[in-house]
Formats: sequence, C-alpha cells, structure tokens
Amino acid sequence: MAQSSALPVEQYNFDIVRRFMIVSMVYGIIGMSVGVYIACELAWPFLNFDIPALTFGRLRPVHTSLVIFGFGGSALFATAYYIVQRTCQARLAFPWLAEFTFWGWTAGVALGVITYMAGFSQGREYAEFEWPLDIAITLVWVAYIVVYVETLRRRTQPHIYVANWFFLAFLLAVALLHIFNNLAVPSGLLKSYSLFAGVQDAMTQWWYGHNAVGFFLTAAFLGMMYYFVPKQAGRPVYSYRLSIIHFWALIFLYMWAGGHHLHWTALPDWVSSLSATFSILLLMPSWGGMINGIMTLSGAWDKLRSDPIMLFLITSLSFYGMSTFEGPLMSLKSVNALSHYTDWTIGHVHSGALGWVALVSFGSFYHLMPRLYETKLYSQTLVYVHFWLATIGIVLYITSMWVAGIGQGLMLRSFDDYGNLAYTFIETVEFMHTPYVWRALGGAFFVAGVLVMAYNMVMTVRASQRERAALEAKLAAKLAKA
Amino acid sequence: MLDWFSWFTHMENSKPLALLLFFGAFCGVMLYVFTGKQRAKRLESYKYIPFDDEPPENLRSEQRSQSPQGDGQ
Repeated sequence: MAQSSALPVEQYNFDIVRRFMIVSMVYGIIGMSVGVYIACELAWPFLNFDIPALTFGRLRPVHTSLVIFGFGGSALFATAYYIVQRTCQARLAFPWLAEFTFWGWTAGVALGVITYMAGFSQGREYAEFEWPLDIAITLVWVAYIVVYVETLRRRTQPHIYVANWFFLAFLLAVALLHIFNNLAVPSGLLKSYSLFAGVQDAMTQWWYGHNAVGFFLTAAFLGMMYYFVPKQAGRPVYSYRLSIIHFWALIFLYMWAGGHHLHWTALPDWVSSLSATFSILLLMPSWGGMINGIMTLSGAWDKLRSDPIMLFLITSLSFYGMSTFEGPLMSLKSVNALSHYTDWTIGHVHSGALGWVALVSFGSFYHLMPRLYETKLYSQTLVYVHFWLATIGIVLYITSMWVAGIGQGLMLRSFDDYGNLAYTFIETVEFMHTPYVWRALGGAFFVAGVLVMAYNMVMTVRASQRERAALEAKLAAKLAKA
Repeated sequence: MLDWFSWFTHMENSKPLALLLFFGAFCGVMLYVFTGKQRAKRLESYKYIPFDDEPPENLRSEQRSQSPQGDGQ
C-alpha cells in the first residue's frame, strides 16, 4: 500500500539500496527493450539490417545479460542490502566496499554487453563474459559476500531470518558456479578456451546454467519473497518451519538437476536419469515455498482487492508455482524429446523470468519506494495499470511460445504413410511466424508496463524532493525567525 | 592399505551410500523441525523478525496477540 514511512532512515544505509534499485530499472528497460527488438527480428528478419552488432546472435546475450545480471542482479543487490539491514537491525558493514560493489557490478554489466556487440563472447550461455570481466566480477562478488556476511555478523538479532539464508546460499553457490564454469585458458585480451572439453564441458556449462536459474533466479528471489510478502501483507510468513524445510530441500536438490539440459546427447544415460529424478523431486520444495508464500495472505485475501503491490507479489508466486511444475515436466526424457530445441523452452524460461522474477522484483520495488524516499507512492492507479500490462504481456508471451514450440516439435516428429518426414524444416519456420508476432506483442506489453513503473518511480522521487525542499525552507524560515 | 577406499569408487556402492546419507539427513531435518513443542514455538517465533524494527501498528494486532505455535496463525 502506498504509505509514508516514519522509520529512522538514518539508522540504515539506504543510499546504496536506492542506487541499485535505479540501476536495476535502467538496465531492465534497456534489456527488455532489446528483448522485444530481437523478438521482432525473429518475426521480421530484415530488422537485422545486415549490421553485425544488431544481429540476433549478438543481441541475444545483450538481452539475457542485461535482464538477468543488470536488472535481476541489481535488484538482488538492492534487496539483499535492504533486508540484511532490516532483519539484523544493523547498518550495512564496510560502506566503501558496498560502494565498490555498486560501481563494479554496474560497470561490469555495461562492459559485458559492449563486448558482446563487438563480437567477443565465450559462447557459454548466461556466462558469455570473456575472462577479464569474469575476474572483475569475481572480485565484486567476493566484496558482496564480505559486506553481507559482516553485516550479518554485526546483527543485534540472535537469529538469522530465513530470507538471509536464501541470500547466503545464493552468494556462495553463485561464487562456486561462476568460478568453475569460467575456468579457461586465455589466448588474448578478449579470447579464451575452456579448461574442459567435450561432454565434460557441456556438463559443466549446464551445471552452471541450471544452477544460475536455481540460485540466482530462484533462491535469491525467494529471499526477497520471504521478506517482502510478509511485510506488504502486514502478517508473518505462514509457517517458519516450512520455510526451513523449503530452504534445505531446495538448495540440496537444485545442484543435481542441470543434466536435464543435455538429454539425448553424449551425456551418460545415468546422469541424464539422475538429473530428471532430482528435477521431479524439486517440485516438492518449490511448491512448499509457493504455498508458504501464498498462505501468508490466509485470512487477509481482501488485500488482493485493495492492494496492487500484493497483486504483484501473489501473482509472482503463482507463476513460480506454474513454472516449477512445467520445469520438472519438461525434464522428463520423453517430454524433453519433444520440447528441447523448440520455443517451448523459451516460453518456460520467460514464465519464470517475467512471471516470477520480474513480478516479485516489481512488487518489492513498489514496497521499497515510499520507504526509501519517505513519501507516498505517486499513483496507485499506475501500479494497477502496470500489473495488467505485465500480466497480459506474460500470458501472450508464454501461450505463443507453447504454440510455436509444441507445434514445431510435433511437426518435426510427423511422418507420412511412407515413413518420410511430413514437414520440411522451413515449413516449421513458416508455421512459427504468427506466434512470433504474438510473442513480440506480449513483450511490448511487458515493456510498456515497466515504462509506466519508471514514470511512477520518477514522479515519486520528484515528489520526495519537493517535500524535502519545502521542509527545509520551513525549517530555515523558523530558524531565521528565532 | 587404502584398499578399503576403493570401495567408495564403485558406483554400485557409492550411490546407495549417498542415498542413505542424504535421506537420513533429510529425515533428521524433518524430525528436528516438526518435533518438540518448545522448539516449534521457538522456530515459529522467528517469523516476526521482519516486524521487529517497525512500529507495532504495522503488524495486525491480532497477529501479535496470537500464539506463534501454529502455522499461519
């Protein structure tokens, strides 16, 4: 709910939180707009304009890196720094080091996307940064861990709240994943070769890739959920004991599931089966966490009618539940035989990325805005507008990708009466044109929502500045009178 | 001398062993979390931590007054 906060702001370092939140929005707008552009390129290939830097191959990692690391990563920095201070009732440790994480992360993402457009990439999905940037990111990450852990150590609370457990798991796991997946032999300033070869290389990459989803895009955002859902609802989480089970089961199971990205490849069959088994098991903690979050509203469902921020948070949990059902389903070898290498995977990723990650981030940012700027949110109506634009956008996106993916998968497996393939590859491409147009439209809806949010945010900040200026003028007048 | 160590290198041994260890750990966590009235009360009391640095009116009064024993209460 839009409300002003009467909290002692000076007690905590909110400046770093504000800056990460703003950078997150800026990277989000650019990254999502690039996403819409490359979606249009797939529907209308002339948009490549024969300019190498604008081709799908180069812009795709620009899109993924900007939204995952630029938008999502900065949102996690902002919320982690906010939550650890509020739940530990301790000011952020080492402000200069926190400052370093801000500039390091922001510059790292920017340099990364510039190098992609120039054609420099490791060719590892979600880990395209070349080795000098990998080293720089490692340093920033270590600084992040030091700031976070030292703040935890300085806590005045005897217990570490569960949101912080999720953030700690994310910090440690991402460090591990980033370092091992990027082990490489440099052969120039912006060129390197992976230390691994063959199927081991693929396995390492997908151990990283899936756990980037598991720990970067899931565990950390669950930390966000465990703080902001109870805070926005004004009631504690449904079951703290369930959150403990959720945590341990989730972090244990995720690490084993990466192999399902390599079904029907040179990967040993037992590794494939093992990863599918763990993927199925993952359904339990995922749904346990979703139920825990949604049931926090138990007895206060009316808030969904009156509070648009709550709508964002609860809808994000619903998408979390949906995509964590779809994921295990797609990890089954038989389903994967149809879904893999089709747009069903893209639809699945976006139901998680847009529906879960982005919506929970937006809900958290809307909760934070009045508190960080000590004023009311500029417009509740615009929050509703954003919510519906985002939701319609997501639904258009994922349904069009189901049509494109499942349709193409079925076409590629169809045989005629003589045992020949019923469709040529180009026929499947022609079939996908219409869903691709709908997908681009869905993405445009989503970006329009983010622009509405950015406007709401700018107006909130300006209102805050005006209020502060008026207060200072009043104070100065009083002092002059005295 | 370290021949016994090779026992672990055989997949038919290490896989069931890993299963037993991890399943045992899981059962241990479940038992720890869901047994003991006092422990349950203590664990559930931690869910109020996010509200500890806010004025009490921000948390619904009925929530504060209720016992932290039951889930979602």
